[in-house]
This record gives sequence, C-alpha cells and structure tokens, in this order.
Amino acid sequence: MPTPLGRQCETMKVIIRNPRRQELEVHGRRRVADLLRELGLNPESHVVIRGDDLLTSDEWLQETDTVEVVSAISGGQG
Amino acid sequence: MKCQKCGQKASVDLRRHNTAFCAVHYLEFFERQVQRTIERWRMFTPQDRILVAVSGGKDSLTLWEVLLRLGYRPTGLHIHLGIGAYSDLSQAKTEAFARSRGLSLLVVNLEEAYGLGVPQLAKALRRVPCSGCGLSKRYITNRVALENGFTVVATGHNLDDEAATLLGNLLHWQTDALARQSPVLEADHPRLVKRVKPLFLMTEKETVSYALLRRIDYIPDECPYAQGARSLLYKDALNQIELHSPGSKQQLVAGFLERLRPLLAQADRQTVGECQRCGQPTTGVVCAFCRMWDQALKRIPVTVRPSDTLSPQAVGPSQAL
Ligand code: SF4
Ligand SMILES: [Zn+2]
Ligand SMILES: [Zn+2]
Repeated sequence: MPTPLGRQCETMKVIIRNPRRQELEVHGRRRVADLLRELGLNPESHVVIRGDDLLTSDEWLQETDTVEVVSAISGGQG
Repeated sequence: MKCQKCGQKASVDLRRHNTAFCAVHYLEFFERQVQRTIERWRMFTPQDRILVAVSGGKDSLTLWEVLLRLGYRPTGLHIHLGIGAYSDLSQAKTEAFARSRGLSLLVVNLEEAYGLGVPQLAKALRRVPCSGCGLSKRYITNRVALENGFTVVATGHNLDDEAATLLGNLLHWQTDALARQSPVLEADHPRLVKRVKPLFLMTEKETVSYALLRRIDYIPDECPYAQGARSLLYKDALNQIELHSPGSKQQLVAGFLERLRPLLAQADRQTVGECQRCGQPTTGVVCAFCRMWDQALKRIPVTVRPSDTLSPQAVGPSQAL
C-alpha cells in the first residue's frame, strides 16, 4: 500500500526458529536487543542472523532487512 | 560493538566475559577455550582414542568439529533411537557431516540391537521416554568404547545442560546424582571408559553461534519428547538470572565442582562390581540397563535378544591407529 508520501511501505521480515518456524513482519528500525525484547525472547538464549552474519545486541536493523532469530536451547536429558 | 582483537565490527558479544569478537576471532576464541578446558581438566591427549557421541544436533557436531580442528582424531558414535522421522533425520545429518569431512562413524540402532526403540521402550516401562533413552545412551556409548578399544568418551554437554542438571539435582536433593555430576568421570572400573564433556564451560548460545559461523549442518528440530521436559524450565530460569547477572551459570557450575562435589564424592564411595548378565559395571547384582530391559520385555516381548557384543555398523573410513 502506498504511504502518504507515495513510497512503498517497507516492513522488516522476522523469521523465528524456536525451533518451529514462524514468520512475522515488524515496522520501524530498531536494535537487535529491542527486537528480542518486543518478541519476549531472552537474548541469552537467542541468536539473531542477517544474511550470513550473526548480530550483536546493539546492531541496528533496518526496515528492509530480513532477519532470522534462532533459539539456542534444546531440551531433553542428554 | 567492536571485536576486542581486531577492532572490526563484532558478530558475537559475550557479556559474561565483557567482550565481543568478529566471526574469525570468535571461532578462534571458542576453540581456544575448549582446548584450555581439555587441558585444565586433563580430559585427554592427542594419544587418546576418542569416541565422540554424536546425535546430529548442534552441540555434538560442534564438539566433533572443534576436536578435529584442535588436532585430535575422534571417531563418532551415533545411536539411532527409533524416534520416527526425528531419528532418521538425525542419523542422516550425522552421516552427511562425517562424509563431508571423511570421518569414521559408528552407528548403533537401538531397535535392531535390543528389539525396541525409545517410544516403545517408554511405553513398556511406563516411564517418560528420556529416562530409558538417557540410560541406553550412557550404556551403549560405554560398551562400544570398551569393545572397540577407545580410551575416552566425549559428549557435547554444554554449560546450560550442566547448570540445568545441577539445578534439577539440587531441587530434588539427588545426592547420588550430584556426587556423580562432573565434566570428567574417571574410569574407576576396568569395564568403564572415562567420560568427558569438553564443552561444559561454553554456553548453549556460544555453541550455536560457533555452529552457525562454521556452517555446520545440524538438525534444527528438537526431539519430540524434549517438549515440556523439566530441563527446559530450568534452562529458562537460569537464563533469566544470567540476563540480569552475567556469569551466573558458570558460577553455579564451577562453584559446585570446586566446593560441594568433592565432599559428596567422598561420602558416595560405592564398590563397583560387574553385572551378572552383561558384565558391565554396576553397584548392584544386575545393572540398571539389564534391569530396564527385563522389565520392558516382560510387557512387550520381542525376538531380538541382547547379544554379548554390540557390533556397530561402520560408516566411512575406519580409523587406523
Ligand atoms: S529428549 Fe529425551 S527422548 Fe529425546 S533424545 Fe533427548 S533424552 Fe532421548
Ligand atoms: Zn576480530
Ligand atoms: Zn547388565
């Protein structure tokens, strides 16, 4: 949908593997740490990936980005 | 954030160490940490014949990769647990990893060797799948190691696993389990092979970061029985604490090993004999593994009888040592 400025409205695509795959879209740029907080995910147990890069918590994510959030935790009794 | 070593943009931040690294220096850091753990805890030397228990998950494949890069020559052992598509994919991932690196891998199929896979075993025992599964994995890794001349078994347990197990054992005051919880279990019987956990000081997030950066193709799915496992609850609680107080998990585990475990281990000295049935070490007359199968096979009779020796199937080059 065109915005009032006539620009395509971009949304950031977030793929969550927790480990079940889930996809959602978010508006607005934000830092990795903020994204995780909004999703209710603990940064101690999740890794955020963009393309081939792992991202630190202070990294800025843009509206044009596609990012993947991978849960690090597995259960069971080894 | 910048890499502490080269000043380039960092990929991994390690709050508990108050530092951050780029991809290249993170991989280097991780491998060095594991090497230090192996040496400090006298786990093994390059002369040892190492059997790595590999499930196809991120921890065990990471361990295999790191050991190779550190110059060790470990052989893999995969146990097919008979948990439907999950087990098939786990074995496929493990074999693909071994093939891509030209590694030798041994495979034991629980159902073929003993007559029941983990789901049927759980049903027969009327217990949660993890209990029969965990016991079977420990027993089979030890036997395969013993019967094939390995001097040490390495497993991929990480800091989160160790902290969660410790918390569980503390909450239930499982003093015998506490006495035995250690990153190094020496072979205190001729039929026991030493067991070590070289990743026990690396967090689960650090391990997954390593696996992703090295592009290790691990099985992303969880075992269907892991859902709702207590260990997940404990890990979650511990990571909440870690978030507010970085370093807590390591403090918990290291403190336990330093201060409490020596006392418990002293009190727990039990005489280890041999199982009347299979000859494996036990503190009883018949070992827990044989007792478990007796119980299971009473309810679900099968034609396979546990053999005197396990003959794992070899995949890839066999190790000449
Ligand atoms: S979650 Fe339980 S049943 Fe599944 S592999 Fe782990 S120990 Fe076995
Ligand atoms: Zn660097
Ligand atoms: Zn026995």
